[in-house]
Amino acid sequence: MSYFRAENLSLHFGGLKAVDAVSFAVEKGEILSIIGPNGAGKSSIFNLISRIYRPTSGRIFFEDQDITEEPPYDIARLGIARTFQNIELFENATVLSNLLVGRHRHSTTQLWQELLFLPSVRANEKVHRRRVEQVIEFLDLEPYRDKLISGLPYGVRKVIELARALCSEPKLILLDEPSSGLNVEETDDMSFWIRDLKNELGVTVLMVEHDMSLVNRVSDRVIALNYGRVLTMGSPAEVQHHPDVVAAYLGA
Amino acid sequence: MLDFVQQLVSGVALGCVYGLIALGFVLVYKATEVVNFAQGDLMMLGGFFAFTFIGMMGLNYWVGFAGAVAAMALFGMVAERVVVRPILGYPQFSIIMATIGLGYFLRSIAGMIWGTDDLKIETPFSQGVLRVGSLVLAHDKLSVIAATVILCTLLWLFFNKTTLGTAMRASSENMLAAYYMGIPVKRVVSIVWAISAAVATCAGVLLAPITFIHSNVGLALGLKAFPAAVLGGFGSIPGAVVGGVLIGVIESMAGFYLAEGWKDVAPYIVLLAVLLLKPEGLFGLHVRKKV
Amino acid sequence: MRFLFKTDYEDDIRLFPHSGYFVSYGLLLAVLLIAPYVLSSYVMSQLVFVCIYATVGVALLILTGFTGQASLGHAAFLAIGAYTAAYLQKYNVPFPIYFLAAGVLTGLIGAMVGFPALRLTGIYLVIATISFALIVEEILARWESVTNGNEGMRVKAVSLLGVTVSRDSPTFYFLCLAVLVLTIVGTLNLLRSPTGRAFVAIRDSETAARSMGVNVALYKVKSYAISAAITGFAGVLFAHKLSFISPEMFTLQLSIEFIIVILIGGTFSLHGAVLGAIFIVMIDPFLTYLKDDMPGIIAGVAATFGAGTQSAANVQSKVAAFASLNGLKGAIYGIIIVLFVLFEPLGLYGRWLKIKLFFQLFPLYKRATFKRQKIYVKSERNR
Repeated sequence: MSYFRAENLSLHFGGLKAVDAVSFAVEKGEILSIIGPNGAGKSSIFNLISRIYRPTSGRIFFEDQDITEEPPYDIARLGIARTFQNIELFENATVLSNLLVGRHRHSTTQLWQELLFLPSVRANEKVHRRRVEQVIEFLDLEPYRDKLISGLPYGVRKVIELARALCSEPKLILLDEPSSGLNVEETDDMSFWIRDLKNELGVTVLMVEHDMSLVNRVSDRVIALNYGRVLTMGSPAEVQHHPDVVAAYLGA
Repeated sequence: MLDFVQQLVSGVALGCVYGLIALGFVLVYKATEVVNFAQGDLMMLGGFFAFTFIGMMGLNYWVGFAGAVAAMALFGMVAERVVVRPILGYPQFSIIMATIGLGYFLRSIAGMIWGTDDLKIETPFSQGVLRVGSLVLAHDKLSVIAATVILCTLLWLFFNKTTLGTAMRASSENMLAAYYMGIPVKRVVSIVWAISAAVATCAGVLLAPITFIHSNVGLALGLKAFPAAVLGGFGSIPGAVVGGVLIGVIESMAGFYLAEGWKDVAPYIVLLAVLLLKPEGLFGLHVRKKV
Repeated sequence: MRFLFKTDYEDDIRLFPHSGYFVSYGLLLAVLLIAPYVLSSYVMSQLVFVCIYATVGVALLILTGFTGQASLGHAAFLAIGAYTAAYLQKYNVPFPIYFLAAGVLTGLIGAMVGFPALRLTGIYLVIATISFALIVEEILARWESVTNGNEGMRVKAVSLLGVTVSRDSPTFYFLCLAVLVLTIVGTLNLLRSPTGRAFVAIRDSETAARSMGVNVALYKVKSYAISAAITGFAGVLFAHKLSFISPEMFTLQLSIEFIIVILIGGTFSLHGAVLGAIFIVMIDPFLTYLKDDMPGIIAGVAATFGAGTQSAANVQSKVAAFASLNGLKGAIYGIIIVLFVLFEPLGLYGRWLKIKLFFQLFPLYKRATFKRQKIYVKSERNR
């Protein structure tokens, strides 16, 4: 059985079929990229997995568990974290507290304990902070630790989103266009980090990306979508030279 | 049955007034995404202006009416320039608070200038009644309904048939884009405030024979017009009027058929019930944030 | 400037980042503790109101400032707390029990308000809370068997451990101060633990909060419940301080005053709630002062600058007439709100931070440090 599986996933808005009977599987420990022209339904698939949308039909499985009906907040609890295309950070909070929110799925303390800040809460906080500090070190975020998000440049925010997702210690991470808006250097850094995710932390990565050089560098496998349907699946080189994919991008 | 029709008509008349105030809310909200809590107070001020022109200076009713509308349109522009424009684009909460402050200010200034007595304006239709069979309809209430219909038609024509109206709709959709397309957004916003103050004045003057003018009348009616605007889905012009009429009818029916005390809360209970089922009101658009 | 070197995770968690805080807050506490033995009973009475308003302010901050849910209905929560106390007191329930009961009941009702509020945002939420408050006000006026209707209810003095605590006694002041301090400490604890961070996350982006595993609905309801419960506690003290309560005390006007408290103080800080409470409570004494003393002083000034006795007396009567105008308080409220929103959106506490930074960075302070950004494109309609 595959690690993560989507079966016949569909999302229809009225007559528009944003996602149309898409099936794919992600193996444990691989980096799978989803490519496709604008409006192909890539982000919609992510939004279906993180339950921002309800699928019209189809099922989603993670670690052999059907998660199609799970509430959105439980998706994170199961170990699936994500980043967003247009950055959804907590603007008026510091980088540190943004990352600490990423630890939310590991918090076990009750409200009354927190009101009194009992030793158990204190102990938990220390664990959270130690983990967050490791992520900060991993992604070189030390200079921004106590800064407010609202004052940080775009490239840094992108990394902080990745960091926040990592703080939840996910098993599967969904990256929605990790390189959009980044310059060449930042994209290079991002590609190293994504490989490190897999090699050092053992996280499985599902990624939507436009930058083909990044896709080629990091992906183990690639899925090409167009008009909500899967065109082809395979190694980066195979997919890139597939006639349907070329046609979809160049317009046949 | 007769009672019912009688209540229905007075409910509709009252509702039209709510609708007119709600219309002001909606106009401003559509154009600038500002919720103007002082709208009721603009209405109150309009009533006082009309009283000054008609009752104190002895002008003809229609001349005084027009004068009050013009004066309030100007006042609306000034209020926008001084209070709202500097904070356009800031969080909605700040802007709401600023208009609440404006409302406070207007109420107490009006109290200082015109005193705290109930004032009355003599109108051409203060006295007469229309008899249809055994139904008795007061002219002042009918005048409110007629005026609402006329105003709505005018506004609809203005928004859909004129260039300025189109510009207003454009800037309500996306202020920045409208600005880049060469629409003078600041002037548009200013005119929207003038229109909404003018509409409020019409409501105030029409209401004068029914509820009298008092410095707190704006707050009281504004608090009823709010549910009206929300019921109709903030941002929908026909919605505001329909919401207003609904609130008015509910209020007058509850006052007549239910025990004392229900009259004042029934509109709010209905509002909460509607919001529970349809969080964006009856005619509101449900827009999802894109991620 | 002081540079903090953090060597332990404790340094991030602790309530007072460095020793300077102990000195200043210790001094403040000492001053507050000796106050009743030094200050006049009138000032002490105002201080009690400051404590109560500040407690409500903190409650409102949790909901509005940290969770981002606007409320114009907090007067209703205060009323529920106050009436619960008054009602239970009639049946000789001891103070500690009805104090707790008032908080718990108000908290439950707050949670019940929270549920319908889940799907509402922005202006719809504001209207819903106003509607709630108006309905509560009407219930208080009509449910005569419990609330005694518009006649209102008398509230006897607090009886604590068999001792009667008069509402003007230092003990009552210490009680209010204790409630305020405990509320603030509890809130600070909350803010440095997962729940507080979940609140802030919901305020800034519900979508992201959800994708990080925050059960948005649950935490919103929690925020309503906590905020309402604290307001309920404050309501008990409010009832005792006034010794008489009736429905017309808990109007929309009062809810707006609470909003003004956090608006003037600064929407993002607990300091702000206290500063705002001081400001609001002191408006009344200021107006009294304006009425009683200002005319004489201005006339005196006029006289020194060579005005004759006749014209000085004239000035005095004019100023007196102005100061005793009916709507003056409303006008002052209005002007204060507008000026703060326009020029000091971070409130009094924000101003204090600016002054502090000015001296720390002198002469390098830049005005632009605190400049607000306009966000024309970010429509709140599609949130």
